[in-house]
Amino acid sequence: MGKQLDSSLFRSVDTAKIQTDSIQRPSLSVWKDTLLSILKNKLAVLGLLLLLIIIFFGIVGPSMVSYSASEQDLTGANLAPSSEHLFGTDDLGRDMWSRTWQGARVSLTIGFFAALIDLVIGVIVGGVSGYMAGRGKVGDRIDNILMRIVEILYGIPYLLVVILLMVIMEPGVLTIIIALSVTGWVGMARIIRGQVLQLKEQEYVMAAEKLGTSHAKIIFRHLLPNTIGIIIVNLTFTIPTAIFAEAFLSFLGLGVQAPFASWGTMANDALGVILSGQWWRLFFPAFMISLTMFAFNVFGDGLQDALDPQARN
Amino acid sequence: MYIVKRFFTMLLTIWVIASLTFVIMKFIPGDPFASDADVLPEEVVENMRAKYNLDEPIPIQYVLYIKNLVMFDLGPSIESETRTVNDIISSGFPASATLGLQSLLIAIIFGLLLGIIAALYHNRFLDYVSMVIAIVGISVPSFILAPLLINYFSVKWGMLPVASWGSFQHSILPTLALATTPLAVVARFMRSSMLEVMNQNYIKTADAKGLSSFKIVLKHGIRNAILPVVSFIGPLFVSLITGTFVIEKIFAIPGIGKYFVDSIFNRDYPVIMGTTVFFSVILVFTLFLIDISYRFIDPRIKLTSKGD
Repeated sequence: MGKQLDSSLFRSVDTAKIQTDSIQRPSLSVWKDTLLSILKNKLAVLGLLLLLIIIFFGIVGPSMVSYSASEQDLTGANLAPSSEHLFGTDDLGRDMWSRTWQGARVSLTIGFFAALIDLVIGVIVGGVSGYMAGRGKVGDRIDNILMRIVEILYGIPYLLVVILLMVIMEPGVLTIIIALSVTGWVGMARIIRGQVLQLKEQEYVMAAEKLGTSHAKIIFRHLLPNTIGIIIVNLTFTIPTAIFAEAFLSFLGLGVQAPFASWGTMANDALGVILSGQWWRLFFPAFMISLTMFAFNVFGDGLQDALDPQARN
Repeated sequence: MYIVKRFFTMLLTIWVIASLTFVIMKFIPGDPFASDADVLPEEVVENMRAKYNLDEPIPIQYVLYIKNLVMFDLGPSIESETRTVNDIISSGFPASATLGLQSLLIAIIFGLLLGIIAALYHNRFLDYVSMVIAIVGISVPSFILAPLLINYFSVKWGMLPVASWGSFQHSILPTLALATTPLAVVARFMRSSMLEVMNQNYIKTADAKGLSSFKIVLKHGIRNAILPVVSFIGPLFVSLITGTFVIEKIFAIPGIGKYFVDSIFNRDYPVIMGTTVFFSVILVFTLFLIDISYRFIDPRIKLTSKGD
């Protein structure tokens, strides 16, 4: 320090001859990178395969056997699983294989839509609400209004809404999906809001703000991707909750009507006979629900790792 | 100031919930005296209607109801004629609340433990064990678990009472049946959030300055990771302490859970309104407390622009 550097100490270099770091591989888009990362995770691939297999049987399963899901045969009631009836028969002699896969259609559809609503409405409301809280008078008001809507939807008795819908529409899968959609997203919204309240105090959000990034871009590109782990965990909870909510509604006579089956109603019907040793009545629907959950959970974990670069280390 | 303002917002929210519920309730066809009208003389049924103000036009009914509500009078039940809705709630709530609180405590304590262990042993044996427990917990709903518990613990092994309510022993099985699913969800939230936190630089700093791993997890890990769990247990607390229809039915527990469902099917209007208002009061107050607690967990969080 303090000593003047003589310019003769320096010489110019031919920049063309310097070996800089060169890009060895073509660059990957985010989604391609995510896909490759998932495919490397064996458990996640297993989960994805299981989900595809369940969906495949849901589509073709009932038509693989000669018995329809609603066909009764009282002479062949309560049969244990055999080569004729792979999953046995129920108390009305209906083929459990056929019913299980027909139930897969109902339960998976309900689970899928519940997840979709959670993902679209719940995540956006939570993200906007959490980000806007503490952002001036208007921001406070947006958060306040959104959270009061959440409380109101949570407070109105859900069954009353279901019955109201039944009065307006036909009972069935669509009505159940709409009923679940009205209130299904509020839990997700509260959880994401909490996460965003915490995340938005991080330095990278302040940096993005000072660089003039729009509110929408900060929410969707910076905040919500950082809540992906929590979103996935909440989804893995939403799907079975929706499947069981349908079972509960059916139990009250407001859900899927007989002779249609769903995994929830099958498990529910089996409770009366489980003590008499007819294990297959409860086992197959409960096993399918658990298998779907397992598949979704391990796939979700893989997805979380793939989308979060920090988690890969 | 924030608290005062929030208090009035809470009252407003409860009023909106009560009004919307009133409108939906009146919109649904059905008559609480449908079965009486077949057997009783017309005059008697008319008198019964008058007792519950059902002979008035609907707007007048609404005004009368809100007027009584302000006085904390939830009115008489139609279905159980000798009891008021206040009686029903005050006699059933203790059982429901005890059961709900016990389940919540178990779910939180064991859920957090399981989640933290899974995160610390990420992709190792203990992680897999915890997550298998969590997946089973989420996949087996309480209405399947409860009969199985009764079958083994009460009928086959005779260790615990089958049903009913009274002593601590009576509450063990329903508590377990209720706690399983939330326990599993808490475990998964905690695992996911802990995994993220344990990757942060401040954890490496704490490690580098020689803090024991126990202290790192306790002081730096849990506090930063617990927020999603706190958000989740707010609504859970409300639905657990106000009783659950299925579990109270299976174990014959004299709680208030069944009134939420039965009242709607019986068109027992005062009970529908009473249970809804009761639920809403607990709901908005709990969510308010959860919001306040965010600031204690993470002081950087600002709920409003005034810095509250």
